[in-house]
Amino acid sequence: MRDTRGHTRKPGLRLWLSGGWITVLVLAALLAPWISPHDPLAQDLFAGRMPPFWQAGADPNYLLGTDSLGRDVLSRILHGARLALTVALIAGVLTCLIGATLGLIAGYYGGWADLVISRLVDIWMAFPPVLFAILLIAVLGTGMTSIIIAIVVIDWTRFARVIRAEAMSQSKMDYVASAQVVGRSRLGTALTEILPNVLPTIVALLTLEMGIAVIVEAILSFVNLSISTDAPTWGGMIAEGRTSVHQAWWVLVFPLVALFLTVLSFSQLGEGLKDHFDPVLR
Amino acid sequence: MSDVIYDVKDLRLSFPDMSRKPILGPAPRIEILKGLTFQIPKGEVLGIVGGSGSGKSTLGRALIRLIEPDSGQIDFEGTDITHMGEDDLRPLRRRFQMIFQDPLSSLNPRRRVGGIIAGPLRLQGLEGIDARVNEALDMVGLPRSFASRYPHELSGGQRQRVGIARAIALRPDFILADEIVSGLDVSSQAQVLNLLEELVRELGLTLAFISHDLSVIRRLCSRILVLYQGEIVENAATADLFAAPTAPYTQELLSAIPLPDPDQVWV
Ligand SMILES: Nc1ncnc2c1ncn2[C@@H]1O[C@H](COP(=O)(O)OP(=O)(O)OP(=O)(O)O)[C@@H](O)[C@H]1O
Ligand SMILES: [Mg+2]
Repeated sequence: MRDTRGHTRKPGLRLWLSGGWITVLVLAALLAPWISPHDPLAQDLFAGRMPPFWQAGADPNYLLGTDSLGRDVLSRILHGARLALTVALIAGVLTCLIGATLGLIAGYYGGWADLVISRLVDIWMAFPPVLFAILLIAVLGTGMTSIIIAIVVIDWTRFARVIRAEAMSQSKMDYVASAQVVGRSRLGTALTEILPNVLPTIVALLTLEMGIAVIVEAILSFVNLSISTDAPTWGGMIAEGRTSVHQAWWVLVFPLVALFLTVLSFSQLGEGLKDHFDPVLR
Repeated sequence: MSDVIYDVKDLRLSFPDMSRKPILGPAPRIEILKGLTFQIPKGEVLGIVGGSGSGKSTLGRALIRLIEPDSGQIDFEGTDITHMGEDDLRPLRRRFQMIFQDPLSSLNPRRRVGGIIAGPLRLQGLEGIDARVNEALDMVGLPRSFASRYPHELSGGQRQRVGIARAIALRPDFILADEIVSGLDVSSQAQVLNLLEELVRELGLTLAFISHDLSVIRRLCSRILVLYQGEIVENAATADLFAAPTAPYTQELLSAIPLPDPDQVWV
């Protein structure tokens, strides 16, 4: 067995890389109105389909080129980050709060609470998520709130399932019995003994969920069910870029890369944080 | 107040048998404790022995009301705690404590040793917590600096000492020790047992010591309770039990332990 007493892990490369990208993205999102070279919605039909700066015929004013309507791709990506991260943060946190709370209750209290919550999760998961999302948006109407509601309504089960299993295995540990021996209340035990032990898993799931929220938002934008047709969303840009990929590949590729890196970073960040902040051997 | 700390009468306890549960309706119950009657006098070190699954841990956990018995009666210092609710039990809980078998599982991995010992003190509303934590560490022979360590940074024997420190810091009257040395190597076992013996003497504790190991029980305990399939088959002073076991099961147990025999003949 590996002896890890007194052993502190250095944050790994993946934690640095994923954390770095997310930081850049957060800064971009916060500063988008000030650092964007152009208005993301401003069209300039005389400057349509300008290539990125290193290609012949580029305009240095448009670093990553322009789309068919002459809108600046870089500015649209920066503003798109704003929308993507807003959805990720709000949807991720709400999903986490609802799902983790129900999972903790089911896993720790067991009995009727577990029976009801577990059945609900089973039934919920029988719906195909994409259809479920489209159905929900159709009912709620498009817009950011609807997207967030759709993500929360569909994805709370992910947290509930994982946290339930984790809380259940923690409840069998003797430190929980030992809390009862000294007279700690059930609720107190759940919050001060069990919760800290499932927190690394919650954090990992939360960042994963943020990545998922970014993808869901992009998918819904791609099928035109998201915020609004002109708003600079990554999914919307990818949808538009796809139609002119032979004439202007950059309109498709840059938002796709941003989306890919963001989703990858969120999932890697979660795993990395979990490893890094877990002082315990598993 | 009498000089009996625990007075147990016809204690019965059963668990639902989930493997034979019909689809509708309640699961049939398996009787684990089948009417136990005994007393634990104050200051006694009572050994509880018996085969695996004989109900030793279940009995122990009923005594400190981690589980509720079906019927019968458990009096702790004259108070009937058999069916007492958790809220009424809370003030009493300080007075009966437990040391667990596996210290790695019984110490919350996310708390430091200091927090593990201080938590129960705070919960029971005691004063001078830091001083009490230090005193408890001193008593179990751990350096005070260990208060800032995590359980996984300790050896098995040290962890078990933390478990003991947590229990004695509350200054209980009674401690249940359930197989507390079975996970340790022989030399840590001896050290932990010596420590326990010393603490029992110094603090005037009453101890119930559950073990498989009759030689450990013989050394530590003044009286022995032998459980066999949920029933008490023998309840006798240690010397008497080893000199003249009455129950067939006890005789079997005794013949199974290797005792040093000066007249042993090598065949
Ligand atoms: N929560 C429970 N639900 C159902 N059955 C249980 C439960 N806890 C214990 N049992 C059963 O009760 C019986 C007695 O268990 P107990 O843990 O008291 O035995 P023990 O004498 O401590 O054994 P060991 O020496 O192996 O620790 C066993 O057959 C066990 O399967
Ligand atoms: Mg046991």
